[in-house]
Amino acid sequence: MTYIAKPKFAHPSLQPNAVGYTRRDYEGRVSTLCAGCGHDSISAAIVQACFELDLEPHRLAKLSGIGCSSKTPDYFLGASHGFNTVHGRMPSVLTGANLANRSLVYLGVSGDGDSASIGLGQFAHSIRRGVNMTYIVENNGVYGLTKGQFSATSDKGSKSKKGVVNHDSAIDMVSLALQLGATFVARSFSGDKAQLVPLIKAALRHKGAAFIDTISPCIAFNNHAGSTKSFDWVREHNEAVNRLDVMIGRSPITADYSEGSTVQVEQHDGTVLTLRKLAADYDPTDRIRAMGFLQERAAAGEVVTGLLYVDPEAEDLHDALGTTRTPLNELNTADLTPGSAALSDINASLR
Amino acid sequence: MPITAVNDFVVKFANVNGSGSASANGLFVKSILRSGVPVAARNIFPSNIQGLPTWYEVRVSGEGWMGRRGGVDLMVAMNPQTWDKDVAEIEPGGYLFYDSTRPMPADKFRSDITVIGAPLQRICNTAYSDPRQRQLFKNIIYIGVLAYLLGIENTVIETLLAEQFATKPKLIPANIEAFHMGVTYARENLKPLGLQVKTADAVGDRIFIEGNDAAGLGAVYGGATVCAWYPITPSTSLAESFTNWCQKLRVDKETGESKFAIVQAEDEIASIGMVVGAGWNGARAFTCTSGPGISLMQEFIGLSYFAEIPAVIFDVQRGGPSTGMPTRTQQSDILSAAYASHGDTKHVLLLPRDPGECFEFGAMAFDLADRLQTTIFVMLDLDMGMNEWLTEPFKWDDAKQLDRGKIMTAEMLDAGRDFGRYLDVDGDGVPFRTYPGTHPSKGAYFTRGTSRDRYARYSEEGAVYVDNMERLLRKFETAKSLVPQPIEAKAGKPTRFGVIHYGSTGPAMDEAMAALEAQGLYVDALRIRAFPFPGEVFDFIERHDLVFVIEQNRDAQLRTLLMAEGGVDPARLVKILHYEGAPITARFITKEITALMGAPVQSEMAK
Repeated sequence: MTYIAKPKFAHPSLQPNAVGYTRRDYEGRVSTLCAGCGHDSISAAIVQACFELDLEPHRLAKLSGIGCSSKTPDYFLGASHGFNTVHGRMPSVLTGANLANRSLVYLGVSGDGDSASIGLGQFAHSIRRGVNMTYIVENNGVYGLTKGQFSATSDKGSKSKKGVVNHDSAIDMVSLALQLGATFVARSFSGDKAQLVPLIKAALRHKGAAFIDTISPCIAFNNHAGSTKSFDWVREHNEAVNRLDVMIGRSPITADYSEGSTVQVEQHDGTVLTLRKLAADYDPTDRIRAMGFLQERAAAGEVVTGLLYVDPEAEDLHDALGTTRTPLNELNTADLTPGSAALSDINASLR
Repeated sequence: MPITAVNDFVVKFANVNGSGSASANGLFVKSILRSGVPVAARNIFPSNIQGLPTWYEVRVSGEGWMGRRGGVDLMVAMNPQTWDKDVAEIEPGGYLFYDSTRPMPADKFRSDITVIGAPLQRICNTAYSDPRQRQLFKNIIYIGVLAYLLGIENTVIETLLAEQFATKPKLIPANIEAFHMGVTYARENLKPLGLQVKTADAVGDRIFIEGNDAAGLGAVYGGATVCAWYPITPSTSLAESFTNWCQKLRVDKETGESKFAIVQAEDEIASIGMVVGAGWNGARAFTCTSGPGISLMQEFIGLSYFAEIPAVIFDVQRGGPSTGMPTRTQQSDILSAAYASHGDTKHVLLLPRDPGECFEFGAMAFDLADRLQTTIFVMLDLDMGMNEWLTEPFKWDDAKQLDRGKIMTAEMLDAGRDFGRYLDVDGDGVPFRTYPGTHPSKGAYFTRGTSRDRYARYSEEGAVYVDNMERLLRKFETAKSLVPQPIEAKAGKPTRFGVIHYGSTGPAMDEAMAALEAQGLYVDALRIRAFPFPGEVFDFIERHDLVFVIEQNRDAQLRTLLMAEGGVDPARLVKILHYEGAPITARFITKEITALMGAPVQSEMAK
């Protein structure tokens, strides 16, 4: 056996959600990543987010590139179609898939090697086109599958497991996404499920390009002293600007927001994002100030997490193209082929 | 003796890129077509916007020969930079037309040709003060002179000018006036040539269109809904054509919504990536590119092959390798397309001959991509793609339904059909697929470029891998019966000699075959229209002692493919290669075959 299926056994007390699925229905195969890998925590957060959103698993398409992170779509939402594409090229494939059928939910999962190096161009262009997707980068700052090389998000001055010091500047995916016009930008930490799950929920409900950079320590090659992507380092330097809850119309807000001020953002589809402000002067709807705030805190050595920017009025690529509401893959011969009469007119115009 | 010919000659315009000559030259060609005389025109242009030499070669052929003949009967020499070369190209007894505003030294002419001068610049300078007008109307004036010299009816050109400027009617009288300046000068100062256009009825209902435009329309009729492309000569106009046709034919009149999505990608890699994503998700998708783009797309082409995702690539071939000759024509991507990407791959190639087949194959490619769940290449070239060709009118059968291939629906899954994404249920190598989102609990699978078993589960087992690769070969075998079959043109007499050709070589080959027969040399010609090669191709080779393979590339790429796929003895396939960048001519083919069918080959055959 070169794949591992999960046992069919499920606890009878598992509660179904509003569309009749239990949490078990959102799981996939058994992970073959290292025990303790941050990516598995992200997979678990995706499972929980989709369950809580009452998203029918088969209505989500999950796409990835190549690398540890890109293996993970096999480990969640087993009833969804998945596509493990080629290195760094997931964004174009997702864009094409989205063009073909706008009615599905698109989740792109990538890594820092996949998206910040070979795939930087495709990442950038899918974001600037406003493809309606949730794009998660599982960012561990290292090449895991090839055993420990620095990636383009490794911080300058951080150390590899072998003690080598990185001399290149890091690419900050969040700053890039903001600059490129992403309409939902967040950063989180695989070890902070309470923050990550609502962010994924909000991103999945967002119309337009939603980007979540998730620091996800590599337990095998980047979880040592000197690393700025280790569990300990991120816990010590995490500066959360807000905490989020998502209200999908019928759902009551369950989180306790008694401490600090809150801000509510209503998206196109009626989703209400309620943010408990931790940084008092932080406004998640101000792109310019968000960019400045990020740079300022990064200079102070902090990793800012939370919902960093959202445009609740965002439009997507289909809006820009004026595409028909009917998914293109459902159009039939009569919709698509102009017929022989039109062709006769065309012939006549070419003489 | 000056050449005399009615409706059978070659005119070549030597111009400067960016001088506005293209529309005037196009007007000239259209006027001959409207006179009922078949015509074939070819742009020969540099990879440059302005200032460098450009030529426009017009074949007038009452007989209907639509390839390049070779040689020039009338040179319209409007570019001093290329004067010597242009003058040298004229056939003995031919004609040279030039702007005689400034005197030329006698040694710049030839004694065996007829020289006709008209002071075009002086006429313009007298009539117009604006420099741009002087330039543009100069072109219209020389059309007026030529119309008189060749006997083209004034009314034909006047009508065409009115059509050309229908949206800018203010320009019509000025253009007609300039045209008449030329006619008047010629009538008063020059004599008609030995070359004449006589009104005929030889065009019929044929249409005049570029191959790229025809292919773009074919993609509309083939049901393509997603086009992701990146600009590259000579394929750009194909995407632009698809855009234009979609805007005319596929926008919902009531809602204004588009039944298509066109994205100019950031590069060729992203464009094919989008095509693969759209194909995976059940839309008909394509990209168009040229050789350098194919090089960049290799990784995705391999994914399309191995993960079995429909994709269509229009490859408008140009001169390679590397940047090569971007605005010159070749047929030199055959091998790189047939075996694109790493590992063991084979791809389906469609080889249209003219815009008529660009339309037909352009539509068919999408049915094939869905039926075979793989990449289909439609191999045009610059000659066919960017030149207007006279071609049979497009036809469409309204009873035809788009063939989406083997799709497992929710109903089929509910009915208990076993679904294994890579199961060969019918023995033809083609599995069923499901579209994402099909069913809540059945039919989902994971698509990957890594090896997997029949149920799409990751596997590196040797036997599982071999099973999959063998099925892909079965599928390729199935393709042989689905692709366009070759067409044989039999010689006037039984012969041991055959010719294999493909693509844009066709029209020149037709004329060469007639020229050879006139010399008593007989060859049967087989035009290959697709790869994989149907059995008939190898039957043809088997039936002939010697087969000439005519190609527009250096390395005889189709011949290599014939040897590789059919195990043909190389000695029986004789290369005839033309790859200098301009389209092949009938004279070149005739000369090569004549030489080969002479003594050396005859004695070889006698052994």
